[in-house]
Amino acid sequence: MPSLKDIKRKVTAVQKTKQITRAMNMVAAAKFKSAQVKMENFRPYAGKFMDVLNSLALRVESISHPLLAVRDPKRVRVICMTSDRGLCGAFNANLIKATENFIRGKVSEDKEIALINVGRKGRDYFRKKANILAQKVDALSKFDMTLAVSIADEVIAPFIKEEYDELYLIYNQFVNVSVQRPTVVRLFPLPSIGQEVDVEPDLRVDYSYEPSAEILLHKLLPMYVHVLVYRALLETSAGENGARMAAMDNATSNCEELIRSLTLKMNKARQAAITAELMDIVGGTEALAKG
Amino acid sequence: MSDELMLEVVTPGRIVFTGKVEEVTLPGTEGEFGVLRGHEPFLTSVDIGELYFLANGKKVHYAVNTGYAEVTGSKVTVLIETAERADAIDKDRAIKAKENATTRLAQLSKEDAEFEIMSLALARAINRISVAEKLSLN
Repeated sequence: MPSLKDIKRKVTAVQKTKQITRAMNMVAAAKFKSAQVKMENFRPYAGKFMDVLNSLALRVESISHPLLAVRDPKRVRVICMTSDRGLCGAFNANLIKATENFIRGKVSEDKEIALINVGRKGRDYFRKKANILAQKVDALSKFDMTLAVSIADEVIAPFIKEEYDELYLIYNQFVNVSVQRPTVVRLFPLPSIGQEVDVEPDLRVDYSYEPSAEILLHKLLPMYVHVLVYRALLETSAGENGARMAAMDNATSNCEELIRSLTLKMNKARQAAITAELMDIVGGTEALAKG
Repeated sequence: MSDELMLEVVTPGRIVFTGKVEEVTLPGTEGEFGVLRGHEPFLTSVDIGELYFLANGKKVHYAVNTGYAEVTGSKVTVLIETAERADAIDKDRAIKAKENATTRLAQLSKEDAEFEIMSLALARAINRISVAEKLSLN
């Protein structure tokens, strides 16, 4: 049976932990909000961009671009997007598991795999396990389009030079604050664009293009890759902070639970001590009265 | 009918500018071009360069990066990856970036993968410096 003092010390310790987890929860909430604002701000750009890309794709008869080239996929590269910091529940663990499964699948098909890591957690995990080509670490806390551009440019050039045949992006899709879904997207060769959309013919504005629609499309495709990567970065950042919020909320209520049960124990121990003391006194007076 | 033109400049981070302007000039891939109200609708790509427009008789300059511009008779939509207002440019940083890029480029050969990235960085830095200087002239 731990002494009263021990339990008291433990309660104080748990209370301090609770303060920390609650503070972390609030910080994560603030960061989550700013990540959400960023997503919100990106929406007009992404929306307009997709509109133009799709209408362009409709206008160009057959698109041929090195980024669309389908080759026998022998050499596969994977961008694995995790967060830089932990304490966000299973956010990174789930993604790493998904990446590992994906790699295992590709390796069993005799594919050559190379990794590009965004985020410290994934890098640390795969450091000794996989062939890491490039990494972007500690970049997620504050980023803008330039990060997406630099990630994309590093993968576009080697693909065009045919140094590898396929590129996948694995990231946590942001569903809501408590749900992030690990998602695998094929970046290269780019899935065909503009074929599923059905634009009303009279809604199409007839533009003249300068230079030609085809050349424009060629210019826009790398930008399309930037958009895809940037969106994944945004979702990762929002997801990370959402997951941390949920994890810290859980931790805080666990602390409360613990404090409650420890306080109960403490009160019982105190009551036991008082009872024992009373018994002593009563026993003493009885002995005196007898004597 | 007024001769005003709606201009919208959008980057991934935010809507940089939206409002009525009298005239806008853009750094197109095929050369700089100006747009007034009633311009024939067209779509073009935009390169690293300078965008400026005239609003209420005042000229406002922006340093912009690659993107595209969509022009209809009464509206211009510019989608670019970055846009910096001339008075918000950190010129010292731009000069430093230019020096960095120049020294790095001197060590690289044209075949290096980094060559293209660095020459783009150099172009961006030079552009930012020149746009920032435009401001001090006005």
